[in-house]
Amino acid sequence: MTGTGPGTGTGTGTGTGPGTGTETETGTGTATGPGTGTGTGTDSATGAGPATGPAAGAGARRRGALAAGRRAVRAVGATLALPTALAALWWVTSADSGNVFLPPLRDILDAFGRVWFSDVLIDDVLPSLRRLATGYGAALALGVPVGYLIGRSPLLGALVNPVLGYLRALPPPVIIPVLLVAVGIGETTKIVVIAFGALWPILLNTADGVRAVDEVALETAAVYRLPAWTRRRLVLRAASPRIFAGARQALGLAIILMVVSEMLMSTDGLGFTVVRFQRSFALPEMWSGVLLIGLLGFVLAKLFERVERHALRWHRGLTGRQEGPS
Amino acid sequence: MTTDTAPGPVGWRSGWALGALGVAGAALLYEVAVRALFEPRHVPPLSACLPAAVELLGTGAFWSATGATLGAAGLGTALALLAGIALGFGIGSVPWLLRLTSSTLDFLRPVPPIVLIPVLVFLLDVGQITVLLVAVSGFWIVLFQVLYGLRDVDPVAVDTARCLRLGPLARARHVTWPTVLPYLATALRLVVSVALALAVTGGLVMGAAGLGELIWRSQEAGEVTRMYGLVLLTGCLGVALDLLARAAERRLLHWHLATRRAALT
Repeated sequence: MTGTGPGTGTGTGTGTGPGTGTETETGTGTATGPGTGTGTGTDSATGAGPATGPAAGAGARRRGALAAGRRAVRAVGATLALPTALAALWWVTSADSGNVFLPPLRDILDAFGRVWFSDVLIDDVLPSLRRLATGYGAALALGVPVGYLIGRSPLLGALVNPVLGYLRALPPPVIIPVLLVAVGIGETTKIVVIAFGALWPILLNTADGVRAVDEVALETAAVYRLPAWTRRRLVLRAASPRIFAGARQALGLAIILMVVSEMLMSTDGLGFTVVRFQRSFALPEMWSGVLLIGLLGFVLAKLFERVERHALRWHRGLTGRQEGPS
Repeated sequence: MTTDTAPGPVGWRSGWALGALGVAGAALLYEVAVRALFEPRHVPPLSACLPAAVELLGTGAFWSATGATLGAAGLGTALALLAGIALGFGIGSVPWLLRLTSSTLDFLRPVPPIVLIPVLVFLLDVGQITVLLVAVSGFWIVLFQVLYGLRDVDPVAVDTARCLRLGPLARARHVTWPTVLPYLATALRLVVSVALALAVTGGLVMGAAGLGELIWRSQEAGEVTRMYGLVLLTGCLGVALDLLARAAERRLLHWHLATRRAALT
């Protein structure tokens, strides 16, 4: 399953692992063995290298610092240039927009401050976040242990494989009406919807990751008589790139399901508020809500990336890959 | 995935048998649990859902709804592939363009496409919005897979091709494209499942014609058994699409190591 020998498979498998940062749930072959660092870094600083003689040391160092500074400035510039330009473009083109449906950015930002920094923050944003956290947390708490068990036991895996495949293929929003009938409109329904949608990517990725743990590592652990708990931790650690890939995919899904479930059946929450503004034709307010949901998705994804980078720092060094598009 | 390469008691054939056993067990569990815990008015047992599903298969309404859902999903997927591949290659093969856009792309990607619904509802009709929804969410998947794929292109292979005097077009054809293709296949598999989910969501939230709308209507009309039948069939549709995407992946990548290895075992 895995190419473990040094220098095998240049990771052209279907991009598992955090390095490639894809959202695969069931990659076909995980060929990210050691020795995949095929020069992925693009901007390896070539200037200011050790090529300069010792005589010109100080000057070269100063020049090197200058070059580094210029590079940093350029990097910041490249990061900010396009977003700034786009925001400015939006601001200017919408400034005297006669179209009611596309209000000026000024009005939207104005509405943003007015709407979201008020009671709405407590009455609508917090409940949404609580639902998201509870549902997502439940999916993690259930998905990782169950995925572990399925991954460890080939028998159990074969037994539940088709059922899991079916449940994963079922479009998650479909269970909203199902739960609506079974449980009714309520907090539980929304949380269960979020948890149900987020569960499958986590569970299936955990199972796949655990299944793909190197046999040799396991046998070595057995030979060294590592205690059962240590061995379990070893397996989870080895599977963690896949678990994180699943969890990242699940996070995006959970946000979508939170918004959809609130749009369809709620009396509070972000999704509900946006729909309420839309129905009352409060368009700048609605746009500000859209902006907020977008921002929420962005911030949560960044937070997740932080956690993932910290948890998988051992793995990044191993595969020699960079995170995200460089 | 049914790869059981791990040495274990489960062979290829007994894997199928166990899977069937698992399905039967799950069905039985559902039947018993539902009968014990719920009223059939709210949650019908499987013995009621299955006949309803079979009955639905004979109705025109189901098939036209399936057609509408598949149409929206298919059109959206096609748009996503076109735009994602074009922009992905455009951005990914020009280093400064990639540096310039990466922060913006990173910012826009996690924005849930669902937020488009309230904005677009005033501008387009619900069917178009559904297609757009599918296209946008698929676009991000395709775009980033292409970018990852381009980053994975072996520089040694590129240099070798250069030494062999391959022009830019030939290099793209023989070096870049084969590297990106596995990533695209993964993208396709992911997009297909997302596309179905969003096509159905469009029906649920906005009443765009399709399976989602049919499900929501039967829920509102209190035809619970019919709704369960529809949900059951929607899941089957999802499985069928997934199998299709996997078959396409195998066909596209029959030369690829991972595929060949899976075929050997």
